[in-house]
Formats: sequence, structure tokens, C-alpha cells
Amino acid sequence: MVRYRPEGLEDTFSAESDAPDAPVAVPSIGVVGWLRWMWRQLTSMRVALLLLMLLAVAAVPGTMFPQRAQDETKVATYLADHASTGPWLDRLGFFDVYASVWFSAIYILLFVSLVGCILPRTKVHFTAMRGRPPRTPRRFTRFPAQGEGVSADEPETVVRAAAAVLRRPWLPLWPRYRVDVRDEGNGAWSVSAERGYLRESGNLLFHLALVGLLISVATGQLLHYRGQAIVVQGNGFANSVVKYDTFEQGTAFDPSTLEPFTMQLDDFESRFDPVTLNPRDFTAHVTLAEPGKDPVKKTIKVNHPLDVDGAKVYLQGNGYAPDIEVRDASGKVAGGGETPFLPQNPQYTSRGVVKVPSVSGDQDQIGIVGYLLPTARQVDDTTWQSIYPQPGNPLLVLTVWHGNLGLDTGVPQNVYELDESRMTQSVDANGDPVTLYVKLGETIDLPDGLGSLTFKALPRFVALDLRYDPSLTFVLVFAVLAFLGLATSLFAPRRRIWVRAASDGGRTVVTAAGLARGDDVGLQPELDRILAATLPDLQNKPASTQETP
Amino acid sequence: MNTGDLSTLLVWAAATAFTVALIAYTVDMARIAEQATRRAPAAVPVGASVGGPVSAVAGSADEAAPSRSLRAEGIARATHYLGVALLFAGIVTRGIAAGRWPTANMYEFTLVGVFVATLVLAIMQRRRIIPFISVIVLGMSVLSLALALLKFYIQAEAVQPALQSYWLIIHVGVAITATGIFTVAFAASVLQVLRDGRENDHSHLVGPGVKAGGLRASLSGWAVTGPRFAWLEQVPDARRLEAMAFRLNAVGFVLWTFTLIGGAIWAEHAWGRYWGWDPKEIGTFIAWVVYAAYLHARTTRGWSGRRAAYFVFVGYAVVLANFTVVNLVVTGKHSYSGL
Ligand code: HEM
Repeated sequence: MVRYRPEGLEDTFSAESDAPDAPVAVPSIGVVGWLRWMWRQLTSMRVALLLLMLLAVAAVPGTMFPQRAQDETKVATYLADHASTGPWLDRLGFFDVYASVWFSAIYILLFVSLVGCILPRTKVHFTAMRGRPPRTPRRFTRFPAQGEGVSADEPETVVRAAAAVLRRPWLPLWPRYRVDVRDEGNGAWSVSAERGYLRESGNLLFHLALVGLLISVATGQLLHYRGQAIVVQGNGFANSVVKYDTFEQGTAFDPSTLEPFTMQLDDFESRFDPVTLNPRDFTAHVTLAEPGKDPVKKTIKVNHPLDVDGAKVYLQGNGYAPDIEVRDASGKVAGGGETPFLPQNPQYTSRGVVKVPSVSGDQDQIGIVGYLLPTARQVDDTTWQSIYPQPGNPLLVLTVWHGNLGLDTGVPQNVYELDESRMTQSVDANGDPVTLYVKLGETIDLPDGLGSLTFKALPRFVALDLRYDPSLTFVLVFAVLAFLGLATSLFAPRRRIWVRAASDGGRTVVTAAGLARGDDVGLQPELDRILAATLPDLQNKPASTQETP
Repeated sequence: MNTGDLSTLLVWAAATAFTVALIAYTVDMARIAEQATRRAPAAVPVGASVGGPVSAVAGSADEAAPSRSLRAEGIARATHYLGVALLFAGIVTRGIAAGRWPTANMYEFTLVGVFVATLVLAIMQRRRIIPFISVIVLGMSVLSLALALLKFYIQAEAVQPALQSYWLIIHVGVAITATGIFTVAFAASVLQVLRDGRENDHSHLVGPGVKAGGLRASLSGWAVTGPRFAWLEQVPDARRLEAMAFRLNAVGFVLWTFTLIGGAIWAEHAWGRYWGWDPKEIGTFIAWVVYAAYLHARTTRGWSGRRAAYFVFVGYAVVLANFTVVNLVVTGKHSYSGL
């Protein structure tokens, strides 16, 4: 039988059979020959090893350079700081390492190589599992484990006894060895036995599962979508592309298939450690309404996403969205509303911007920038500080700008930043910026006669992340299969044992040999055990060529 | 004194016990080296002893190696076991003080990692002590404990919501266990490479390629083939050490694979994606690929034996860097060191 193995595989089982360590013969003819040669190279163990090392090396730059997928702004900063090298690195894909041509090329080649070497092995393995264990070799001298003994019984009796020992089940109904007894003629009998097919099965399962894993992940990339939205307490949110602050989808995803559910944030609870202020618990209480079903109350926690028809909703962040009402100089409500302020530190000192574009007449537009302090404490005349993340004594500390917000320039604006290029800051008589301190429920006048501002309420907001990926189950299943395959392939020993009995002038001489895949320190002890069980009245112990651990 | 302080005290005590054990193992090794040097002048061809009686195996150690210091070994073993017990007590009290499973920050990670490494070492050496491996592992353990107590220490307390999950036990626990096992395997591989060099009369410090008067030549006294390393003839042969290192590395690799998969499952719960090329994820992935390369190198013609062991060095370095550098220098989602 021809036993397939990838070029360069060091494998005692096959090395014993035939092939000398011949170099790869370079075919002398034609394109086909060259292609075949290249294929042989690609699927060789050396190239697999090389590709694995390359993969490890190629993954490194991703930790050294900022990555677009993680942090777009860091990449922009890096590019600004490194005007000469930056663009080159960018062109070479160093800010998108894991989507770059070279990274992809390495793992695709690796997987081609893997399929090229695993599929033929799978076929050979199936044949081997159905065939008989390999015939007993004529000589035992070159095998790593050996043993011998004598018996008064007939050779056939001895060999059948050995076969029975070898067949002894390991688990009920699961024999350890596959056994084949042969009459070799001239009064000699032998048994050949092999165990550990599971090792190769596990190995193949592992490699094939990796392929399945790669395909599942790629499918998920095509079919997934994910969106982020900020939802303020008391407000709702509908699952449709336009309702998300950001939305991203795989090329094969059809947005019209979005499940049209709605969700309302009823309440948000948080707990903190009173001393260290480290968060202890976040819980969002929501009401979920799916079409054709009664609304249900649900909770979302960190580590416990909400599952809505296969899409998962994650609690990714939280903060305060002070309800601020701004009236312009004519007393008309001109803007404000519930405005998310983003927490900057463990005390939830939060930064936010209120843009007031719709002032009446030709008054200046108003921009208000500042901080929310949930539990404010005065440090000195002009300095306040938040000392606790819960709303014990909420205070807004604001400065005011007026002019043109630049909303109609066509350039998309960040809602958390004020474009101050066309605006002037209100200053006091000394030329210092005017700072407003507003307590919850207070109304104060804006400087420069711009109007007034009321701090009406302090609801919470949550940042939700919604993700749908139909490949998740497959990814998990293949990962688990790979794990199981790996464990069996590493821990199941693969061994061959041969026992021969031949009559030699009135007595029977028994010889035995063992061969294992790879280095196997348990081989000789196993051979000794088998011999001892076969020849219970063994006088002189079998001579070991190998020490027993 | 509260439970947290008691825990810290126990960890200090464990570090002290390990230091004593380290010294005792070093004395044992020095004794063996001294005797080996006296008995085997450098000229004796080293290869001759391969498979011979001196490289016999566990169990027969005592009659095979009369040069070892039984007293030093007794002290080493006793203090080693004592250290493991004290450290275990320190970890348990730490968990009680924090009111949770104690694997949530760098300090606790280091404690448990050292515990696993020293425990595996103790189990591995229950029949025969290989002082060299002990010296490496305990040396690293003492250093890590000192670093943990002096630099990584933070107050015991409950954890933030992102860590409130049974995966803190599974994923982190398995990762630490893998790291501990890799540590012992690394030490075995180092010894394997040294022993292999001596068996094959192969050294980078002496030989035709080395310039006279160069740096390497000036270090030639440290060549594994020289008299300083005569004690290498007292350790198991390279084949056996490679089998030992492989078994440990294989267990470590399977656990590491589990860490990777478990981490992905947890990330799916906590961060809303199973894989995001976060620095910690990249580090874990690189280490995994390097150890996979090690397993392939073992079975690749021309790469098995010593050359395969080099992958262990790289892989282990990546594991360590993934713990230290990524936690302390790089910012990512795994910023749970508490520092
Ligand atoms: C994604 C890339 C790959 C990974 C992560 C990987 C991983 C592994 C691991 C962990 C093992 C250990 C199991 C054992 O030792 O029995 C293994 C074994 C093996 N791999 Fe791969 N592998 C990859 C690609 C390949 C390729 C491309 C080939 C063929 C050229 C290959 C051929 C083999 C063979 C033949 C074994 C078994 C060695 C033996 O007989 O003991 N692998 N692989």
C-alpha cells in the first residue's frame, strides 16, 4: 500500500516502510512537471513550517502600529506625526495589517497547503482503518522496543493468547488494539496489532476543522451587521439602519431583512464601590416590542447581552444626558434637549456640547461647551470637582460661544465637538471666558444677552451595540471540533506491536517488537506488560533495550 | 490584621521558602558539577555516555548519581513543598479577602502562575530531582513573586462588571495554568538543548567558525562541551528531556488553545465580538502559532530535536511578553492589570 505523507514529514511509521531520504526529484519536463513540483513544495512540511512562522511574524506589526479597525483617530494622529513614513506604511497596509494583502496571502497559502496535505492523508487513513494491521516484519532488530521469552506451549496457542491480551478492551466494547493473527508457515505464528487510529483521526479532524473555522468566519464577515446607538432614558429606539449612529454591514447583507423591533430604555441602574469608585454593576431595564408580539420587559447587563431573534444587543457604555433647554434672546425655545455628555473619569465628570442652531431672526447661533459634575463639590472660588459618579449634587459648568456653528458647510460634524472657527467666546470685563454654574432645576441668563438656559432634568443614557452574525454557531462548533481533534491527536499514543512464536527444538521461542509514532516512552513498558500477560510463567524477564521510567 | 494582609504575609513567606529551596537546589547542582568535573576531564568524549548508566532514569537515580548532595536535596524538597503550600494559602486568603475568584489582575495572575509552575515542578520531580530545571523554574518564580509583591500589588476588591462572569474562572484560570506549565516545559527545553549540544559535541562558542580573540572565543570557557558543563552528563539524555518537554508543551498547548477559544467566547459575551485583533488577542494568537510551529517542527525532517526546541524559546518569550508588555505598555481592552 502506498502511504501518503507530506514531503519532509518525519514519521517513524512511514520511515520504517520504504522511502529513503531522497531529495525531491526535479522533473525535467514541461509546465505540468513544474506545477506538480511546486504543488509538492507547497504541501511539504517544511513550507507549512515556514508559513506558520511567517504568519506569526506578520501578526506582530499589528501590535506596534495603530490599527484602523480598532482606533481610527490614533491612525490619523500617527499619520500627522509621521508625515514622511506614515503614508508609505499606510500604502503597505501597516494600519490594516489583518486585512492587508500580505497577511491574507500568508494565511491563504497556509490553508491551501493544509488542504493539499490533509485531504490525501484523510483518504489513506480511511483505507488504513478498514484494512488489516500491517504484516509482521521478518526481523525485529531495528525496532525501538523489543522483548523475548520462551514457552512450553505450541506457537499457535502462544500467539492466540497474545492476541487475546491485545484485544482486551480499554473501554467496554472498545478494544485497545486491532489485531491480526497469521500462520507464517514452518510452525511459526505471529500476531500484528495496531492501536491509536484515533491519533490520526484527531489530527485530521483538527486540520479540517480549522478549514471549517476559516470558512465560517469569512461567511460571517459577508452576512453580519452591527450598529451603535445612544438611547436616553424614557426614549425608544427602532431597529432600522437610519436609527443607528453608526452602522456597518457585510457585503452580502440585505438591510431590508432587519428585524423591525423597537426597544425603550425604561431605567438604568448603576452601582459603584464607595471607596475606589470602581463600577460594580450596570443594568439597563428595557421594554422590547417585536412586531406581532406583546411588549416584554428585559434587562441588559455587561456580559449578558439581550438576544432578539439572533441579533444580540450589548450594553457598551453609559452616562448622563442632561436635559437642557435654551431660549434665545426673544424668549423662544431655540434648542437643547437631552444631550449625552461623555464620562471622562471614574467620577463621571462628563463632557458635552449643546448646539443651538435655530435661533429666531438674524441672531447669532449659540454653542455651549462644558462639563457635568454628577456630585459636585467646591474646591475653591472657581473650581468645582465631581467626587462621586452618582447624581448626588449635579452641576453643569459651561462656557458659551456665539456666531456660526458651521452646520451648513456640508462637512459632517462630530456632535461631541464644537467647531469654534467661526464663533466667539463670551468673556467678562477682564477678558476671561464667562463660566456658568447651573444646578439641577435652575434657570440662568446667558452672557451677552444671548438668552437663557434651564437645567431641567438629568436622565441617563446607554450606548448600545447591536450585532448580528449568523455564522456564530458554526464558528463555535468548528472551534470545539478543532480543540477535541487536537487533544486526541496529542494524547492518544499510536503504537504497533508484533509478537512471533516459533518452535525451536521442543520449546517455543517468543519474540516481540514495538513501534510508535513519534517518541513514545510508554512503548517498551506496554510491550513488557503484553509479554508478561501472554507468558505468565515467564522465568527470565524479557530483556529491555530501553529503560523503564 | 485583616485577611488581605494575611494573604500578603503568606505570599512573602512563600517567596522566602522558594528562595531557600532555590539556594538548596543550586548547592545540589554545584555539587554535581564539581564531582562531574573531577571525574570527567574535558577530554573524555561525551557521546560515549549517551544511553549509558549515568543517563539512566528516574527511580534508579540514587545509585546512578552518587555525587548529588542528599542533604541539599532534602532541604530543597521540603522548602519547595512548603512554599507551594504557603502560596496556596496566600491565594485562598486573597480570594476570601476579595470575595471572589482570585485571578482578576496582574498581581493575582502572577501568584497563581507561580503556584502552578512550582506545583507542576514538584509533581514532575517527585521521583527524581533534576536540579537544573528546578533552578530555572524557582529562580523565575522568586523573581516573579518579588515583582508581584513590589510592583503589581493592588488592594483586594471586587471586580468591575466586565469581569463578572464565570469565564473569569475558566478562561483566566486555564490561561494561568498553561503559562505555569509552559514555564516548566521551557526549563526542560533549555536543558535539552544544552544536553544535546554536549552529546553531539556541538557548541557555538568553540569550533572552526569562531574567531580567535573574538567575544565568542573569550566565552569559550562556557561552552557546553567544556568541563564547566560536565554535570550535563548527569542529567537524562536529550531524547528523554525532549520527550519530557514535549509532553509538558503539549499539555500547555492544548490549554492555550482552550484559552484562545474560551477568550473568544467570553469576548463575544462581554465586548460583542469574538475576535477583534486587540493587542492581547494578537499576542495570544502569535504564541499559539509559534507553539503550533513547534509541533510541526518536531515532525519535520531536519527540524526535530534541538531546532524544534528553539521554537519553545520563542513561544515562551511571546507568552511572557503577552503578559507583561501588553498589560503594562500597550493599551487595549485587556487593561485589567489594575495598575
Ligand atoms: C493553519 C495552519 C496550521 C495549524 C494551526 C496547524 C496546527 C497543527 C497542530 C497544533 C498539530 C499538532 C497535532 C499533532 O502533533 O499531532 C499539527 C499536526 C500536523 N500538521 Fe498541522 N497545522 C497547520 C497547517 C498544516 C499544514 C499546511 C500541513 C501540511 C503541509 C500540516 C500538517 C500536519 C501534520 C502532518 C501533522 C501531524 C504531525 C504528526 O504526524 O504527528 N499542518 N498541526
